[in-house]
Amino acid sequence: MTPDQIIFLLCAALIVGSALMVVTTKNLVHAALWLVATLFGVAILYGLLQAGFLALVQVVVYIGAIAVLFIFAVMLTRREMRDKGTQVNHNWGISALLALLTFGGLAFILSSWVGFSSTAKAIPAGTDTLMMLGKALVSPDAYVLPFEVASILLLAALVGAVYIATSSKE
Amino acid sequence: MTFWNDPINYIADWLRGVFMGWGITAGPANVITALIGIVVIILFALAIAIALVWVERKVVARFQDRLGPNRIGPFGLFQPFADIVKLIIKEDITPAGADKVVFNMAPVISLASVILIWAIVPLASKIYGADINVGVLYLVAVGSFGTLSVIMAGWASNNKYALIGAFRMVATMISYEIPMVVALMIPTIIAGTMSVKGITQAQSNLWFVFLSPLGLLLFIISAIAELGRSPFDLNEAESEIVAGFHIEYTGMKFGLFYAGELLHAFTFGGFMAVLFFGGYGGFFGLEKLSAFAWLSNPFIELVVFLLKALIGYWVIMWVKYSMPRIRIDHMLTFNWKFLTPLAFVLLMMTALFDKLLAPTQFYVPGMFLSNILLAWIVIEILRKYSKRERIEQEKPAEPVIQAAHH
Repeated sequence: MTPDQIIFLLCAALIVGSALMVVTTKNLVHAALWLVATLFGVAILYGLLQAGFLALVQVVVYIGAIAVLFIFAVMLTRREMRDKGTQVNHNWGISALLALLTFGGLAFILSSWVGFSSTAKAIPAGTDTLMMLGKALVSPDAYVLPFEVASILLLAALVGAVYIATSSKE
Repeated sequence: MTFWNDPINYIADWLRGVFMGWGITAGPANVITALIGIVVIILFALAIAIALVWVERKVVARFQDRLGPNRIGPFGLFQPFADIVKLIIKEDITPAGADKVVFNMAPVISLASVILIWAIVPLASKIYGADINVGVLYLVAVGSFGTLSVIMAGWASNNKYALIGAFRMVATMISYEIPMVVALMIPTIIAGTMSVKGITQAQSNLWFVFLSPLGLLLFIISAIAELGRSPFDLNEAESEIVAGFHIEYTGMKFGLFYAGELLHAFTFGGFMAVLFFGGYGGFFGLEKLSAFAWLSNPFIELVVFLLKALIGYWVIMWVKYSMPRIRIDHMLTFNWKFLTPLAFVLLMMTALFDKLLAPTQFYVPGMFLSNILLAWIVIEILRKYSKRERIEQEKPAEPVIQAAHH
């Protein structure tokens, strides 16, 4: 096994293991912390795939912002929501079946894809992938439209949040 | 390649040769060498942290007109070791109501979030952990682990003071992250790269502090806020919430938070040097003299970097020990209504002038003067604002009936 494979296996175990803990642990704050571990594992995966920028954005956005927000929301809600009740309702059998079918279906479709069994091509040395990504995001024949639409969506969300948070003057 | 012009790679090559001589193949030998390199960087950072305990205590003593540690060793140099022994032999308490695993993990993550930064610190042109093309973003990403460790400590301690301290700390860290990111964008724009080594090399002719003095100011303010040091130390305001998020920690667990904070401050001093003062390259113009060609030696570069980092660290201490603490609403208002808008205006201005003036000879004066102009406009606006506020306050109170009509 190459060191890359060992790191991948460790990281996959971390992701799957902590993802399981997210849904099985009783304590909500612990669940949020396990979620952080899962998201961190995904960041390592991006790093292994030579997508350093994506890995860091994953950490900044998901761990630095969203997970912290989750933990705050959990801490500020009433204590009754923690440590009590069962984690499953009577639909758990059907949802487990659906999840299994979805996983099986995706695995089946992907296994017939060419890229499934071939190894990834090495990026030639000296390629600045970050520069290419940056240029693609603002170039008119690439992704400038989706990029700008996403920014406007986020701006609208920001304005909306400020509007809701502002108490009315009346 | 000799030891004297590329020490780290020389030793690494030698080690690799030794491992392969033992019959280990090239792949694992590389991994083992890299792991040893990681341990060396961590130990270097921790050794610096020990020295910083002495520096911090000595400097604060000077600011407060005291002598500071002076009993153990010459100038009290061995005081940190006495401190460490004291921290280790103290009773290690985990409160009964605490969440044990999270409680014990928090100090580790806190120190780790600082040491992780050292992976990218360019100590010299050939002494650094990794030169990644997203270095500046990495600094922000690693900082989010610091935020996480504060929440974990505050929540797991099961103490209301710890929780309030953690809330305040996180509020500071999250809000000052925005001017911080913008301040980091400014060297990125000027240098055209996010790699910290690339930014250092881009300053071989002129330090960025001359191109963007306001950017440096924004970086210092937001760095101090991220560190939670005075005047932003309301997370551990003794008179209100005892000690903040690490109130329940004893012995070495507290030591980890303390060492992490000192090392973090020093690291930000180092980044001040890297982003605005030319990092390891350039020693106050001395390197331009051809007689000083030996200045490009990695060991000299290392000394220059550490010196500049210490100066940055000293500035952070200077602010800490001469400023009173500010109130939390002032802290948030200062960030959202002043620092963030200023940062965005500065960012837009820097990007615009960088593109417009880059090919002309007006580049340096243009960038500098535009910064000064912006600073002057901001000061004028603030003066008008505070004057209006003052008049408003000095006005006699209006009758209640009139106020009700509005």
